[in-house]
Amino acid sequence: MADLTLTVDGKKLTAPAGTLLIEACKSVGIEVPSFCYYPNLSLQGACRMCLVKIEKMPKLQTACTTVISEGMVVATDSDEVRQARKSMVELLLGNHPLDCPVCDAGGECELQDMAFSYGAAESKFMEAKNHKDEQQWSPVVYFDRPRCILCYRCVRVCGEGMDVWALGVQNRGVSSVIAPNKQDHLECEECGMCIDICPVGALTSGAYRYKTRPWEMNHIGTTCTHCADGCKTTLGVRRSDTGMEIVRGDNRDKSGINNDFLCIKGRYAFDFAHSTERLTQPLIRKDGKLSPATWEEAFALAGKNFAEIRTAHGGEAIGVVGSSRTTNEENYLLSKFARMVLGTNNVDHHRTADFPALAAALRGKSGQTASMRDVLSAPAILLIGNNPTEQHPLLAWQIRSNVRLRRAKLYVVNSQPIKLRRQAAGFAQIPAGAEAHAVAFLAGDDAALDHLVHQSATRESLLALRDKLRAETGLVVAFSSEIRGADVARLVHSKFAGAKFIALADYANSRGAADMGLYPDLLPGYEPLTTDSRFAQEWGTLPTVPGLTVPAMAAAAKAGTLKALYVVGANPVARFGLDPFAFSGSFVVVQDMFLTETALMADIVLPAANAYEKSGTFTNTCGDLQLVKKAGEVAGVKSDFEMIVRIADAMGFEVRKLVPFGGGTHADMGQSRGAQSGEADRHSVWLEAHGLEPRMSPFDPVAIFDEIQRLVPSYHVSRLDLLAGNDQHTDIGEAGPGAAHDPNLIIPANDDLFSSGTLGRYSHTLNSVMENKNAPAPSEVGAD
Amino acid sequence: MFFSDEFEARFADMLTHYPTRRSTLVPTLLYAQDEIGYLSDEVVAELAQRLDLNELEVRNVISYYSMLVTKPRGKYNIQVCTNIACMLKGGEELLDHCKHKLGIGHKETTPDGEFSLEEVECIGACSWAPAIQVNYDFHENLTVQKMDEVLDDYKKKGGEIL
Ligand code: SF4
Ligand code: SF4
Ligand code: SF4
Ligand code: FES
Ligand code: FES
Repeated sequence: MADLTLTVDGKKLTAPAGTLLIEACKSVGIEVPSFCYYPNLSLQGACRMCLVKIEKMPKLQTACTTVISEGMVVATDSDEVRQARKSMVELLLGNHPLDCPVCDAGGECELQDMAFSYGAAESKFMEAKNHKDEQQWSPVVYFDRPRCILCYRCVRVCGEGMDVWALGVQNRGVSSVIAPNKQDHLECEECGMCIDICPVGALTSGAYRYKTRPWEMNHIGTTCTHCADGCKTTLGVRRSDTGMEIVRGDNRDKSGINNDFLCIKGRYAFDFAHSTERLTQPLIRKDGKLSPATWEEAFALAGKNFAEIRTAHGGEAIGVVGSSRTTNEENYLLSKFARMVLGTNNVDHHRTADFPALAAALRGKSGQTASMRDVLSAPAILLIGNNPTEQHPLLAWQIRSNVRLRRAKLYVVNSQPIKLRRQAAGFAQIPAGAEAHAVAFLAGDDAALDHLVHQSATRESLLALRDKLRAETGLVVAFSSEIRGADVARLVHSKFAGAKFIALADYANSRGAADMGLYPDLLPGYEPLTTDSRFAQEWGTLPTVPGLTVPAMAAAAKAGTLKALYVVGANPVARFGLDPFAFSGSFVVVQDMFLTETALMADIVLPAANAYEKSGTFTNTCGDLQLVKKAGEVAGVKSDFEMIVRIADAMGFEVRKLVPFGGGTHADMGQSRGAQSGEADRHSVWLEAHGLEPRMSPFDPVAIFDEIQRLVPSYHVSRLDLLAGNDQHTDIGEAGPGAAHDPNLIIPANDDLFSSGTLGRYSHTLNSVMENKNAPAPSEVGAD
Repeated sequence: MFFSDEFEARFADMLTHYPTRRSTLVPTLLYAQDEIGYLSDEVVAELAQRLDLNELEVRNVISYYSMLVTKPRGKYNIQVCTNIACMLKGGEELLDHCKHKLGIGHKETTPDGEFSLEEVECIGACSWAPAIQVNYDFHENLTVQKMDEVLDDYKKKGGEIL
């Protein structure tokens, strides 16, 4: 749109026609105070805090609802405007309880800030304040009515943003009050968006209320460890008896792919980390019972037994199961450790999407995968299968926002009337299990139509839908895990001009586990097991015969040929429904946070740190690579990375070959005597405090990240951008050739909004909300 | 459901007069209240469903209008105007008198469920102030004595069907 020129406080500025005055001012650094205005939500004009003087207009105008016009002359700081703001603040404070000393928002409250910057120091109001007790609307949401300044941000974000419409306004004028949808309580998605968007402390969260003061926390921006969407979450941490306690999660700084969005899991379900059931001591089976032991004992025993079994029976006798929630560096390291140290290709993980098929289908074609950012900007989106509202909350948010703010067209093909159909320009309800037929049809096979006709989906409507899709350019196609094997190629090769694809997996680093080669027949970057691969050159001679999948490992253990099993952060017994007694003849080492079904049958259990307690990177289901930073800390646990290295060391392996740390980098760690003594300590204290570790350590994930960037082509992204906290898209089309796998090895996690595999089981918040009552029984949910 | 044929006919007709279903909400609420006496949870649920709204949205609108109520009230709802014209002509005395006589206050109902009392703003009968409204009927140029007669009349009518 054409640019218009206007003058604000004597400054000339230009902005596109249609820009709101408040935004135009912001663009040149002039702050117009506001309460009810919130970018990307509908305009409210309720608080009158943004009043400015516009020449030729009789009264003060609200800058948040005024669109700029050519030649406009605006004053944002005249006496009249200042007086108006003062009165607004005075009115707002008229019945405000001013309980800032105990209010959660105290110290980061917009009303405090406004009163400080623009308010009056005195009040003319003498009346007694109108008090109402605070109300609990759900385990997550609390409402303290007297603090509410009626900006209606919560109502709008819940309705327009979340499409939940659980908050409303009742009564009118001065007696207006925010009300929950079930009269005295809420039944909603419990996302907490309303709480974080509240400019004051009127809406507070069950997780954080009355726990701490904002300035007593450190804030660490990291990546959510729940679903596969990769929201950036800023964790507020505070010293506790056992290390660092996570007390809050939000993303108010709006950095990251999710802007200020988080679902209940990212915002509140960090509490599993402080579950009293966490393991904080290594356990070794003695006389049939798992008993506490020291780390040294545990590593020595694991190392000794692994080495003996390898020598006596060869690497094929050892199986390795990795995790979809450990970092890329850990997954890569595990993949390398298995091949290089244990000498086995028996490596697998709980697969929730067919990434090797996607790699194969897109081989050599870059630019055909969509990032999470693309979902917010694409002109059209096709969603096949899945229910993002439950399984991919950020994806659902991006889709809704794109439809609402940019009028993107959404097409939904699903066997259920999923909630996102409300945003859809086209919705085809197909029979359950017909996703693959839908792909065949979309790819041009009209014979598949017979399998799709169903309820509202007639032949004509389906044909019309396909025509519409073919006419779209720049389509983003997100597809569920029902689309596997050859169907992935079929979809990718269907005639959608310029389409970009997203395969939907289930866990925070499912994509990373796949990318880093936790497969019996694939190395990192979907490279096959050839003798001349980049990895063989770098790592030395590697086994080239494809190894066993998880179910095959269980069968081999039963048959007595699998002598050892090493499980890192996974629960294959529950997830794959394996018979735990299958492994009674094998030596089993499990690294986990909790005594899972798998840990219960182990000979050694090593207490692991979770993703909030270590550093590294995660790759979301789209392929967006992001930093994971250490925020929390619990005494008595170690990162999986460190444990893998320690076991390799205990096996007598030269760890520098496994983790090429310190190579080529020299650091002066200070003097050991004299005036500068202790510098090394101070250096590491500083590094720790920033969630880093000294680069000279064999436990330094960055050394492995260097190697990943060197050897996995799709990870050739800007290190600088990544370290600066930005997401970097990795393109699976640039990776290796991929492979065709047995489609039955993909087992959906079936998590919903209120469950999250093992983590969900130990999250008090997720278990306390009533909406969780319909969730599947723990034995049926995912394991990682 | 529990609405009369007359209501249903009106409702069906109303839908044709508005661009969207939800636009009919306010008149529908009023008719439903006239018929049922108040907007019960069942009425809210039914209308929300009919008009493609959620119950919260219906409640938001109900709470905005003081003439829509969610609790049962007396068979005769005495609305005493105390706005400026009526106030000058003794509206407040009338209100006080009613409170005394009925033994109830603003927005309260007698235990026998016959009367409820409400202090209201201008009802558009200023020329005949002080005025009151009982359900949809007006009584004007009142004095305390006339007020008694009005109340007695209604009390007598009480047993009869409206
Ligand atoms: S928690 Fe989320 S869904 Fe629930 S009321 Fe708040 S914004 Fe709406
Ligand atoms: S509760 Fe908070 S966000 Fe909602 S209207 Fe009140 S002040 Fe605004
Ligand atoms: S949408 Fe996924 S990544 Fe984002 S906060 Fe929720 S669980 Fe975490
Ligand atoms: S910010 Fe403009 S009226 Fe509230
Ligand atoms: S003031 Fe009472 S009817 Fe107008």
